[in-house]
Amino acid sequence: MTGLEALVIAPVAVPLFAAGLLILFAVRMPVAARRAVAFAAVAACTAVAGYLLAVTTDGTVIVQRLGGWPDGIAIPLAADAFGAVMLLVTGVLGLACLAFAALDGGGPGDLEATDRTRAFLPQAMLLLAGVNGAYLTADLFNLFVFIEVMLVPSYVLIATGRNPERLAAARLYLTVNLLASTVFLAGLGLVYGVAGTVQLGDLAGAAVTDPRVAAATAVILLALSVKAALVPLHNWLPRAYSVAPAAVTVLFSGLLTKVGVYALFRIYAVVFDGDPRFLPVVLVAALLTMVVGVLAAVGAGGMRQILTFHMVSQLGYIVLGLAIFTPVGLAAAIYFMVQYVLVKAALLMIAGAVERHVGIGELARLGGLAAHSPAAAVAFAVSALSLAGIPPQSGFVGKFALVLGAVDAGLIVAALVAIGVSVFTLLSMLKIWNGAFWGGDAPDPDPSGGAGTVVALTVPVRAVAPALALGGLSLLLGLAAEPLLAVSTAAANGLVDTAGYAGSVGAP
Amino acid sequence: MTAAIIVTVLVAGGVYLIAQRELLRVVLGFILLGHGVNVLIISAGGMYNRQPPLLGQQDRAAMADPLPQAFVLTAIVIAFAITVYLLALLKAGDQETGGDGGTRSDSDHDPAARDDPDRERTERAGGSARGEDR
Repeated sequence: MTGLEALVIAPVAVPLFAAGLLILFAVRMPVAARRAVAFAAVAACTAVAGYLLAVTTDGTVIVQRLGGWPDGIAIPLAADAFGAVMLLVTGVLGLACLAFAALDGGGPGDLEATDRTRAFLPQAMLLLAGVNGAYLTADLFNLFVFIEVMLVPSYVLIATGRNPERLAAARLYLTVNLLASTVFLAGLGLVYGVAGTVQLGDLAGAAVTDPRVAAATAVILLALSVKAALVPLHNWLPRAYSVAPAAVTVLFSGLLTKVGVYALFRIYAVVFDGDPRFLPVVLVAALLTMVVGVLAAVGAGGMRQILTFHMVSQLGYIVLGLAIFTPVGLAAAIYFMVQYVLVKAALLMIAGAVERHVGIGELARLGGLAAHSPAAAVAFAVSALSLAGIPPQSGFVGKFALVLGAVDAGLIVAALVAIGVSVFTLLSMLKIWNGAFWGGDAPDPDPSGGAGTVVALTVPVRAVAPALALGGLSLLLGLAAEPLLAVSTAAANGLVDTAGYAGSVGAP
Repeated sequence: MTAAIIVTVLVAGGVYLIAQRELLRVVLGFILLGHGVNVLIISAGGMYNRQPPLLGQQDRAAMADPLPQAFVLTAIVIAFAITVYLLALLKAGDQETGGDGGTRSDSDHDPAARDDPDRERTERAGGSARGEDR
């Protein structure tokens, strides 16, 4: 075991260790010390992810066989360019989210689920360990386990606070995910039954030659589509995410559904070897997801409702890349996914900060925030333009590359739908801008008021500072897109030609 | 064949219960469904090799496949933890909103609920509305 292979364990082990530390010593540690532990853990993961990415962009696959078992029995963790870039964006988002949770609290409104509560930081660490593990594992059963490791803290986080609305959302979220996990498990049993293995390297291309493996793997893909919130399996997401605590929604938005999408990409690329026979199904799901999500967003009336419906729509864009399945399309999808995670987190942070500090999130009752809180308005404008795909933002580069990829693959209709959905995205972003930031002031603040009243007209700069930073990062990724595009292309090549991955992971 | 029948019955019962509106029944449905899937995984490893998988002590041909057993063991632990949490959520929601249906007896034991006349009334109203559905 060389040092490099040992490093692959770090993104899972470090947050787990930090979570244990935080749980054991939370009572004695002051808030600042707890934050320092969490920040240090996530920063370490981010650094490791950056290093892994630098090593894997040339197509290297770093494989760590755990437990010292011989090849073929050991359960491998594998880092390639796709996994490493996802690890890196997870780390960056984790840092931003911890900063948001630390800076956002203390205003009027409920203080639950900021990092002042004892539960938040350890649960967030466990969640990150699960997410990182899901990006690294090369075994379908371990994928299931890591997804559960990620979901269990999310069940706790989403129900934080004794709020009946939130409890109802938590129940819906839990039951839907439990059902999807059960279906996933059934699919695993079927795959094991027909193929005799659940290790990705040994399953490479199995679905092309054996239709039974294809059918069994399709059950797993169906379960993952629920986790990735593809239409028509998307309804749980907006309902759960729009009432969860703000910092929790930010954390979930960039991590949970992305694991589902990542696994769809990985499994389809490796097990189906990008089989073009089933791509039309993926294409229909992607287009439906894009259209239904954006139409629901246009019709929604609250800031976070609009943004969470947009998540569904944007997930459609990412899966469109899978439906194209050319190096260009996949690279565009990976670029889009990376920048989208950052932009969406920034938007949700602003919405959360407005809800917490102003007191409400309904657009009909908000207004004039741009005059009172220019920092929030700037952060929102930068991120919203990126989401809609206006140059020179990173969203433009991502969508442009996706549309080019679709045209290149002869999917003119898909390209037109992608452009049309962009227009609607811009429309609903304008709706938030006009409703919350522009126009006349909201009703006079009533600082003594309870839930559902306007308690202030200003959003403190510190609450939107992480969103500003992410918005700036999105601008940077748009202006200097080359490095990320190069990385995405390397990751996409690893998906199109899986021989390297399968050869390194599979039993010799 | 036996495994197929067991899986069918368990999954059918589980799906039926999950489609009910009360959360307690949904929880029971998930338990059945989980067991159905566990039997499915065990049967994926073959049902007729039942000797313990100990190398050097047993005939290889008669050994059970240990991998599905490990899968199922993991799955049982995870499903158990989540089911308990779901029950806790059900209970918390019951206290918070005054009844989710089918669990009214629980809140009858709750002294806070008994002392609050408004709450009793809403629960009765909710209970009778649900009664008509059955």
